[in-house]
Amino acid sequence: MSANIGPLVAVVSARYRTLLQYRAAAFAGFATQLFWGAIRLMILAAFFAAATEPQPMDLSQIVAYVWLGQALLGMLPWNVDADFRAQVRDGTVAYDLLRPLDLYSYWFGRTLAFRVAAPTLRGIPMVLFAMVLLPLAGLGDWALTPPASASAFAGFAASLVLAAMLATAVTLLAHISLLWTISGVGMDRILTVLVTVFSGLIVPLPLFPDWLQPFLNWQPFRGLADVPYRIYSGNIPPAEIAGELFFVLVWMIALVLLGRLILLRGVRRMVVQGG
Amino acid sequence: MPQIEVRGLAKTFRVAERLPGLAGAFRGLFHRRMRDVHALGGVDFDIERGELVGYIGPNGAGKSTTIKILAGILNPTAGTCRVDGLTPWRDRRRHVARIGVVFGQRTQLWWDLPVIESFDLLRDIYRIPAEAYRDNRDRLIALMDLEPLLDVPVRQLSLGQRMRSDLAAALLHGPSLLFLDEPTIGLDAVSKLAIRDFVRELNRERQVTVLLTTHDMDDIEALCERVMVIGNGRILVDGSVDGLRRRVRNERVLVVDYDSAGEAGTVDAGGDGVRLIERDASRVRIAFDPDRLPAATLIGRLLAQGTPKDLFIEHPPIEQTVAELYAEHDMRER
Amino acid sequence: MNSAALLYRYLSISLRGQLQYRASFLMAALGNLLNCVIELAGIWVLFDRFGNLSGWSFAEVAFFCGAVNATYAIGELMATGFDQFGTLYVKTGDFDRLLLRPRSTVLQLAGHELSLRRLGRLLPGLVIVIAAWAALDLPLEADRLALLAFAMAGGVAFFFALMVLQATMCFWTTESLELMNILTYGGVETASYPLPIYHRLFRRFFTFVVPLACIGYFPIVAVLGVDDPLGTSRMFQVAAPLAGFAFFGVAIGVWQLGVRRYTSTGS
Repeated sequence: MSANIGPLVAVVSARYRTLLQYRAAAFAGFATQLFWGAIRLMILAAFFAAATEPQPMDLSQIVAYVWLGQALLGMLPWNVDADFRAQVRDGTVAYDLLRPLDLYSYWFGRTLAFRVAAPTLRGIPMVLFAMVLLPLAGLGDWALTPPASASAFAGFAASLVLAAMLATAVTLLAHISLLWTISGVGMDRILTVLVTVFSGLIVPLPLFPDWLQPFLNWQPFRGLADVPYRIYSGNIPPAEIAGELFFVLVWMIALVLLGRLILLRGVRRMVVQGG
Repeated sequence: MPQIEVRGLAKTFRVAERLPGLAGAFRGLFHRRMRDVHALGGVDFDIERGELVGYIGPNGAGKSTTIKILAGILNPTAGTCRVDGLTPWRDRRRHVARIGVVFGQRTQLWWDLPVIESFDLLRDIYRIPAEAYRDNRDRLIALMDLEPLLDVPVRQLSLGQRMRSDLAAALLHGPSLLFLDEPTIGLDAVSKLAIRDFVRELNRERQVTVLLTTHDMDDIEALCERVMVIGNGRILVDGSVDGLRRRVRNERVLVVDYDSAGEAGTVDAGGDGVRLIERDASRVRIAFDPDRLPAATLIGRLLAQGTPKDLFIEHPPIEQTVAELYAEHDMRER
Repeated sequence: MNSAALLYRYLSISLRGQLQYRASFLMAALGNLLNCVIELAGIWVLFDRFGNLSGWSFAEVAFFCGAVNATYAIGELMATGFDQFGTLYVKTGDFDRLLLRPRSTVLQLAGHELSLRRLGRLLPGLVIVIAAWAALDLPLEADRLALLAFAMAGGVAFFFALMVLQATMCFWTTESLELMNILTYGGVETASYPLPIYHRLFRRFFTFVVPLACIGYFPIVAVLGVDDPLGTSRMFQVAAPLAGFAFFGVAIGVWQLGVRRYTSTGS
């Protein structure tokens, strides 16, 4: 792995520089996510207002869930890297085979940079806004509360790292699939749907019907959002954190292995077709 | 009245400067420094109906800015321009209906459509009357030998085939003025010749006025009687191709071949600004200025020293002339 | 050839082109269909959990959701050229090509593509409206149908105008701007729920600044035949879709400004 760090640093730095050039896009992205967060909150709160029985999450946990979801939206593997797609389309992706690197590790680094760069730039202002500015504006009910406990914070940090790796592994599967379906326009649409529904972004997973819960609890996408956000708000109690982290880790490793396997066949295909 | 009348045309762009490095990129988020770039700094010229004018200059000198303004898709910062009595950027839609434009780097055709369907669509866009369209189309297809290409989608054409189709497409509505921007760029020799023949014919037979920008000086020599050179946003030279040569350096090269090996090694061309450029066993090349030393005198000197098998006079290649002109005005590519 | 006929020619060419790439069209249509279905499923999940939404039933909210999705799909279908304007025309410089032709740029861009994959959102949207209509036992009266059609026509003009505004922004910045997604995708999401659940500021914004509620909530309340908790009159509800057309007019004016800017910066 260590041989990959140098190029990785260069790739990450280049991506930050590119992102920073697009200042209008950065501000627009922030405003967009703010708007979505507000709409989601108003809808969920309106439903909550009618609730008579106790619910699997309370409103403040929902508020945290929504704001974290908006802050970390870019980290979810809901799309493919346009640069990568262009490279596949014009065949220059074959040049990556010329690099003296393990191809999967190299692409994992690239994809990780793609997944993580934007959310760090957007996530921090979003968290500051939701945690500091909202209470100052007298909208304390709608503010992001600090983590439920010290162990919740530690668990959240660890689950976030795992979520980033899991998101990268999923994105990379989509990238590798581009080697077969070059136009790939449809692929990422379906990926978007899968990811946004089953990570909990559209509706927090605990609010789904009870009979769906056993299925929702075992699918990998909840490691992307549902697990970290619920650890943060204390909806997943500290005693269960270790088990949840292990669950995400296992899925992450499984998807990495799957990706490697498919890439092996993809490379054979690239070599045969000459890109 | 000239067909194109350009007076004091100037164009200034404002561009944001990028600061280097990650820290610079961060600062650029909040504050951006702007810089003025003077693409055109007051340009004047006239073009008469039926002229075929070459327009040359290094990249970034203002060529394409001029063309865009003349075509009506860019407003100048200052100056006036009349084309057939219209101000291009003010009467854009009426103006563009009467001109043809071909960009060598970019196609005007529809990528996924067969050539003939692109033509039909252009007929509708330009509202070409059915009869005029049929005549024009059939003539252009015959002239450019497009018959075998008509049912091929544009994306499958070779560059040369595409350029022939693009030229035809730009002329379907019978414009009296044609702008050609690098029409021969990247073409093979045969396609280049075909394009040149066609443009010449169009100009001579149909009196279509042509403004041609190119980096290929063979295009200029083959087609243009008049050439304008632009540099740093100003017209530096406007005149005949010969005049351009004379303006920079009035020089010819006399090439002399000898039969017997070694004879060339002893030749002495003498003074009066004569330079020996090259000498090997059987050939010498001598540069001279005919105004200072007539060719006959030079040849007389050589005949006195031996018996050449053959001798002929070359113009220096125009590329060299132009390169020297650029150097003289300190024009770098921007 | 007049403009309508030329538009028809452009669009028939676009349709043939898309049929050449059938597989990717089907995939994209399926993705759009799933998006719409997912949105409805999300609403259903919340109703299943909470029972009702400040007095509105699931069928009523589904009606809002279906109508706005279908409306948006038609608007997007017709404005694809504007939707993709930044990447296809400004970044590549191909907008010059449109300017070199003696036709209006709006007409040429409207003719750019009739994107069939948007049908993936239109069909489920219409199915949802029909199913909700049946579930609510609404009488099948001509004036209700006419009002729904009028609301949708205003909505198509409204969403078309949003795409035009989004394209216009590309004259100022070629960065891929998500800002308009707030109003397009965000608009669809917002209009899928009844207006009264939102904060007062949002309600005003979507009524007076960006008249989304005028082509969604207000006329649909009249179609459903219920009283508006916000207390608007039937007259207002029926006339509201006109705001969509007015918004369209404003957008075209802004577009002309953008074109003027483009021709003076050339970028």
